[in-house]
Amino acid sequence: MSITEQTQAIPTGTWQADTVHSRVAFEVPYAVATFTGEVTDFEASLVDGTLSGSAKIESIKVKEENLEAHLLSPEFFDAEKHPVVSFSGSDLQRDGDNVELDGEITIKGISRPAKLTGTITGPAVDHFGATRVGLHLQTTIDRTAYDMKWNMPLPNGEPALGNEVTLKAELTLVAQEA
Amino acid sequence: MRVLAISGSLRADSNNSALLRALREEAPEGVEVEIWHGLKTIPPYDQDEDVVPGPEAVQAFRELVRDSDAVFFATPEYNSSVPGALKNALDWGSRPLATNVFRNKPVAVVSSSAGAFGGVWAAAELRKVLAAMGARVTEAELSVGHVHEKFADDGSLADDDLRTGLRDALETLVTGALERIAAA
Repeated sequence: MSITEQTQAIPTGTWQADTVHSRVAFEVPYAVATFTGEVTDFEASLVDGTLSGSAKIESIKVKEENLEAHLLSPEFFDAEKHPVVSFSGSDLQRDGDNVELDGEITIKGISRPAKLTGTITGPAVDHFGATRVGLHLQTTIDRTAYDMKWNMPLPNGEPALGNEVTLKAELTLVAQEA
Repeated sequence: MRVLAISGSLRADSNNSALLRALREEAPEGVEVEIWHGLKTIPPYDQDEDVVPGPEAVQAFRELVRDSDAVFFATPEYNSSVPGALKNALDWGSRPLATNVFRNKPVAVVSSSAGAFGGVWAAAELRKVLAAMGARVTEAELSVGHVHEKFADDGSLADDDLRTGLRDALETLVTGALERIAAA
């Protein structure tokens, strides 16, 4: 098998996210800038090309605690009723360093299809002997399709908050021994 | 189940307070509607005084909301918006935002006015404020125009359609509260 063919391979077996070296984040246009945040309590695994992940929405972190409280309220994620957001997608496709994956994102109890695209790095062996692969994936969703319709008009009449939200998952996945 | 009823008007002969008395008459079995009379006791919001335990009247208000399963508002409209006294009480109640007593609390809003529009803008603003506080605002919407014409001479509600509207709004609120209790 040539080296080129090896880099084209989809990692097989079971891989678990090293969450210390992974990040799940969002970006949404707000006024003239971009509002960003992340969830810190999450898990993800890749099993023979099927990627699954979930996050506890109570762990959402933005730079202002009152905004966190608003995001957890029924107007946004409604964390009391829907404490977990999740993704599942099978058949990870790889073309060189590029990957794509069709799956389903569930937020606020609503599941909708999503196509994730991004890049893959590795597999490579780390300094402790574990085999790691890096996956950087992103997609965009319409937040209003997940029953998150809050907005506030700017003085010019335009809505302050965009509807299109970019979701990013920067995952370091570690091969699990069979 | 206890539903706290809050009128946005301080006036003794308030039509909104009268609507809440009619609401209490429509309460289904097992639902106690308690009308709050403490709105006038709440001091102007002052962050310097927003400490633990805080003003006594505010503490009492917060405890009352915390111990209620749902809150039902009836508000007039002042200058196209929520009466200052009511907004002031909610500003106290909303602090601190992440753990405030209205958080996830099922709430319903009705409004009334002597004019044709029934305080619809005040109701919309009140729903916006409550949602921003993290309350669970029910879909029930009822804005009563020409409200002063709806009562008999003895002060009782004399409009059956309005009585039905109030009962429906309360049932929607109670349903939301029961769902929350069942999920806990």
